[in-house]
Amino acid sequence: MGGEILVIGGGIAGLTSAVEASETGYSVVLVEKTPFLGGRVAQLNKYFPKLCPPFCGLEILYRRMRTNPKLKFFTNTEVMSISGSAGDFSVNLRIKPRFVNENCTACGKCKEVCPVEVENEYDFGLSKRKAIYLPHTMAMPFIYAIDEFKCNKCGECVKVCKYNAINLNETEKTLNLKVSAIIVATGWKPYEARKIANLGYGKFKNVVTNMEFERLASLNGPTNGKILANGNPINSIAFAQCAGSRDENHLPYCSAVCCLASLKQATYVREQYPNAKIYIFYIDIRAFGRYEDFFAKVAKEKGIELIKGKVAKVEEKDGKVLVTAEDTATGQKIHKEVDMLVLATGMQPSLAENPIAGIEVDEYGFVREKPGIIPAGVAMKPLDVMFSNETATSAALKAIQFAKR
Amino acid sequence: MEKVGVYICTGCDIGKLDVEKLKAVSQEFGIEAKVHPFLCSAQGIEFISKDLANLDAIVIAACSPRVKASLFNFNGKYVERVNLREGVVWSHEMNEHTQELAEDYLRIGIVKAQKAEKPEPYKQETSKDILVVGGGVSGLTAAIEIAKSGYKAIIVEKEAELGGFARKLYKSLPTSSPYTRLEEPIVAKLIDEVKKLGIQVFTSTIIESIQGQPGMLEVKLKQNGNTLNLKVGAIIVATGWKPYDATKLSEFGYGKMKNVVTNVEFESIAKNLGKKDVVFIQCAGQRDEKHLPYCSSVCCLVSLKQAKYVTSNGGNAFIIYKDMRTPGLWEDFYKAMQDDPGVFLTKGEVKAVKENGGKVVVEVANNLLGEDLTIEADLVVLAIGMESTMKGLYTIKEEFPDEKTVPYKHVYEPRLIKSAEEVEQIKQIGHILNLAYRQGPELPTLRYGFPDSNYICFPYESRRLGIYACGAVRAPMEISAAMEDARGAALKAIQAVELVAEGKTTFPRTGDVDFPNFFLQRCTQCKRCTEECPFGALDEDERGTPMPNPLRCRRCGICFGSCPERIISFKQYSIDQMSSAIKAIYVPDPNWDETAAEKFRVVAFVCENDALPALDMASMNGVKLNPLVRFIPVRCLGSVNTVFIADALSKGIDGILLMGCKFGQDYQCHFIRGSELANRRMENVQETLQRLMLEKERVRVVEVSITDWDKIAGIVNGFVEEIKKLGANPYKGF
Repeated sequence: MGGEILVIGGGIAGLTSAVEASETGYSVVLVEKTPFLGGRVAQLNKYFPKLCPPFCGLEILYRRMRTNPKLKFFTNTEVMSISGSAGDFSVNLRIKPRFVNENCTACGKCKEVCPVEVENEYDFGLSKRKAIYLPHTMAMPFIYAIDEFKCNKCGECVKVCKYNAINLNETEKTLNLKVSAIIVATGWKPYEARKIANLGYGKFKNVVTNMEFERLASLNGPTNGKILANGNPINSIAFAQCAGSRDENHLPYCSAVCCLASLKQATYVREQYPNAKIYIFYIDIRAFGRYEDFFAKVAKEKGIELIKGKVAKVEEKDGKVLVTAEDTATGQKIHKEVDMLVLATGMQPSLAENPIAGIEVDEYGFVREKPGIIPAGVAMKPLDVMFSNETATSAALKAIQFAKR
Repeated sequence: MEKVGVYICTGCDIGKLDVEKLKAVSQEFGIEAKVHPFLCSAQGIEFISKDLANLDAIVIAACSPRVKASLFNFNGKYVERVNLREGVVWSHEMNEHTQELAEDYLRIGIVKAQKAEKPEPYKQETSKDILVVGGGVSGLTAAIEIAKSGYKAIIVEKEAELGGFARKLYKSLPTSSPYTRLEEPIVAKLIDEVKKLGIQVFTSTIIESIQGQPGMLEVKLKQNGNTLNLKVGAIIVATGWKPYDATKLSEFGYGKMKNVVTNVEFESIAKNLGKKDVVFIQCAGQRDEKHLPYCSSVCCLVSLKQAKYVTSNGGNAFIIYKDMRTPGLWEDFYKAMQDDPGVFLTKGEVKAVKENGGKVVVEVANNLLGEDLTIEADLVVLAIGMESTMKGLYTIKEEFPDEKTVPYKHVYEPRLIKSAEEVEQIKQIGHILNLAYRQGPELPTLRYGFPDSNYICFPYESRRLGIYACGAVRAPMEISAAMEDARGAALKAIQAVELVAEGKTTFPRTGDVDFPNFFLQRCTQCKRCTEECPFGALDEDERGTPMPNPLRCRRCGICFGSCPERIISFKQYSIDQMSSAIKAIYVPDPNWDETAAEKFRVVAFVCENDALPALDMASMNGVKLNPLVRFIPVRCLGSVNTVFIADALSKGIDGILLMGCKFGQDYQCHFIRGSELANRRMENVQETLQRLMLEKERVRVVEVSITDWDKIAGIVNGFVEEIKKLGANPYKGF
C-alpha cells in the first residue's frame, strides 16, 4: 500500500482532486464512506447555469479513473484517525463490508429476489430500494452493495448469483496508510429542515427541501422526473430562500448556492408546467459573476415572481401550502397559496457532526487548513460545483508539494 | 494488428445468443473464438492472459466498454470491446434480427482490432519550465506555487514593478474569522517570496511572440527594446483585470462632479481620508445591459471594506445596493459591518446624483424604508466593475468571422469584421500572448473576454493545451479567490508539462499517445482541418498545408472528421479501420436473400462520452431498441468523416443516425464544437445524397444528453420506422 496522497471523500471535489493529482503523476488513494462515488452531485438533476446533467462530467471523471493505474479508491471506507505531520501521516481506515465483491457483473438478478425493501437514501427516502442495490445506473463502482443494517441475511441473493460475488459473512477490515498529504473533501449534507420549525417541513407533505426537489425532477428519481404535489400537476409553487442560512439560530453563513439552485429549479417547473406561478422569496439574490446572466434570463421568464422578503409562516389548508412573508420592499404582509413549497435549505459541512480525529474544524465545521491537511470543496467553505472543482484542483497542487512523484 | 484473439463471454444473459453462430462469424476472419461463461472473473482473465504472448489485439465480446475497463487491460495491448450485453441482449427482444445484430457487432469489433496499429508516442526533448504572464497577485502566487512544487517559474510583467492592481490597495478584506479586522495587502509578502525563491522575473517586458507546442514553446520577450528568447513547457495567463471605464457613467455624475469617484480611485484617497460621509453606489455600470451585464462578484465586499475606511475615520457610510452579494463565509464580514453604527445599508435605485455646495446629494428610490431618500454626503464612490484584460482583444478568428464565414453557434459574441485591414486595426490594441498559432494569437474566450472552458466541471481546461488562465482575467474575483485560482492553474500547467514530456495528451483523453498523422502528399490545402480544430493544434504553411503540432492536440478526431481527402488518421482510429468496420456489416442482398426486404440496416454513430452511456442506461432501464440499428461509438461526433456515411449508403445501409451532444452557447460537447461541426457537415452529406439520388431523410443528426435515456427508444425506433417508409436503399446488392 503506497498511496502518497490520500483524498477523503468521493464527491465532485474529491474526485477532481484525486484525478488531477494522479494525472500529474502522483499516486493517490481516495476513500469514500458510502458504497458509491459521486457524492451530492450524483443526486442533482442539472447544474446551473448551463442546465446540463451532472453525470456528463462524472462520466468523464470515472473514465479517467478507470484508465489511471496511479489512482486507487476504496468505498465503504471511513477514516478513523490521522496522526503525524505533513509528509508523514499515518491514517487508520475502517473498511466496512460490502458483502459483494469484484466478481459482480451488475447483472441485477440479486435485486430481483431480495425480499427486503428499505427507504432509498439516494432519493431522501422518497422511494424504496432493495437491501442489495445499485443506487442508479451510473453507479461507480458498478458493483452492487448490501446494506449492512437492513439485510436480513436470508441468502436468496447468494443462491441466484451465478458469479460467486456475494459473501454474507464478510467482515469489517482495518487498514493503516502512510501518506504525505491529505485532501479533505468530505463535503456537506443538507441542513436538517425539521429544525426550522416555522417552515412546516416534516409537518406538511408538500413542503420539500431543495435537494428533495432535485430528486423529484430527476428522471431517475422517485417520480421519474415528474414534479407532482399530491400526485397532481403543479399550478403554483414557492421557493423560500435562506431556509436556515444567514440565520443566527441555524446556519449563520450564506450557503452560496441556494439562490442559483432555486432559479435553476424554477426552470424545471417552467419546463414541465409553462403556466405555473412561481414565487421566489429572497433576502438578496446572490447570482455573482457570470451567474448574473442566468439570473437575468430566468427572472424574465413568464410566471416567475421574485419577492424580497423572508418567509415567516407556513400553514396547510386543503392540501395547499399557505405561505406568509413580509415584503421588505413594501413592508406589507404577503400571502400566497401554493401547491408546493421548496425550502432552499443550506449546506452544513459533513464534519460539523461527524468529526475525524486529526482534522481541525472551525465553529461551523469547515476544515481549517494546516500543512499537509488540505480542504477542498464544501469541506472548506460553502461553494458550488464550479468553485468546488477549482478548490479541488488547487488542493491537488498543495498536496503534490508534500508528495513524491 | 495481425494476431487477434476473440473471446466471447456467455454470462449475464449473453448466452441467450447463438454462440456457435458467433464463433462462425469469427471463423469468417480465420480466428477461432474462445468462449467463457464468466470472462470478467479471475479465471476468465487468466483464460485470456495465457494466450497473450501470441496476441497483438484482444476482442472481448461481453459487456459495454464502460464496464470492467480496468480489468480488461492487458499490459497496454489493443483491446476492442464488443458490447453484447448492454448493446444487444439487454436492449433487444431475442430473435433472429438480434442474433444478426450481435454477429455484426462481432464483425465490426474484429475488423477494428485487425485494422488498429500500435501508436508510437510523440516524444521530444521538452522543457518543464512554466511561464507566468502577469506579476499581480495571481501571477505571483502561481509562480511561487510552481517553484514550491519543484519546477522553474518565470514571470513576465509589462509594468516596471511587480504587484499588479493589488499594489494600489490601502487595505485588504479580512480573510478569517471573526472578519472584523482589515488586513494589510498581501502583495508585498508575495513579492518578497518570489525574490527569496529566486524566481526569474522580467519586468517592463511584453511577449513578442510564442511559437511551437507545449513542452517546446519558444517565447520571444521584448524588454526595453531588447529581444530575449526562452523555451518553456507551459504558460499561465494571469494578466488580471481593468476597471470599467467610469467616464461612461456620467449618469452618476462621474467626470462632472469632482466628489464622485470610483472604488478604484477611493483606494488611493483612503489613506488620507479624514472624517467624511460617503455614499457607495453598488453595481455602478454593472448588472446593466448598457454597461457590464454581469456581476463583478467583489464590489459588495469592496464597498463594505471601504465603508470601514470611512467609519474608522469617524464618518458615515451609506451603501445603496441592488442585492448584497456576500456569498458563503463572507456573510460574517457583512454581518460585522451591519453591526457598525456608522454604516447604513439599503436596497435602492439611485435616481440622481447632484451637487450642492461642496456636497453631493444622492436621491434614492425604491428603498427598504418605503419612501424616497435623499442623502447628503462629502463623497460618492461608484462601485464599478471588473473587465478581463482579454476583453476587446483579437483572440481567435472564429470570434471575428468575416462576411463569408458562418459564425459558430458556440460563440456568444461574434464580432463581424469586414476586411483584413480591420483585423489589423483591432490587432493594434495589443496582445497578451501573441501566439503564432494559425487560429489566432490568444486563448479563445467564451463571453465578456473570459476564456472558454467547460467551466462547471473542468474550469481550467482552456482550448489551448498547456496554456491556462487564472485570476481576474478568467472571471471576476477577489484576492484570496485569485490566489486559490492561481494554484489550480499552476497544477494544470505542471500536469501539462509532465504529460507532454511523455507524448501524452491531457483532458479528456488524458494519457492518450495516439495522434493524427497527415498524408500530406494528397492534401488539397482546403484548410478545413486547420480551421475546425477546436484546440488550434494545426498551423499552416503559406500554401495552406497543415503543419501538425501533436502536443497541442487533444485527440478528438475533429480534423480526421473534417478531411474531404481522408488523409488524416490515427493509428487506432483510421479511415481504413472505420470504413472497413462499416463495410463489415452484413447487408442482406435482395438478389438472392428473400428476407432482405424486411432486413433494413441502420447505422448510428454515437458520441462515446455521452450518447453511449445514455444507450447503456436505456438498456439497464429496460428500454427495448429496434435490432436493425448498429451503434458505432466514436470519439466525438465531430470525428465522423462524411466518407463513413457515403460508404454506408453505397453499401446499402438504409439510414444513418448521428447522436451527439448539445451544441451552441451552453454546449455540452467535451470537444467544444464536435457536435456542431457534425451538423454543419450534413450540408455536404446532403450533396452526397443528391448525387446518389437518395432521400435526405436517410441521414439525421440528433442531440442526446447523457441522461436522455428515456428519449432513446423514441429517437432510434422512430427513425427506423421513418426509414422503412422511405423503403430500402436501392444500392443494396450492387
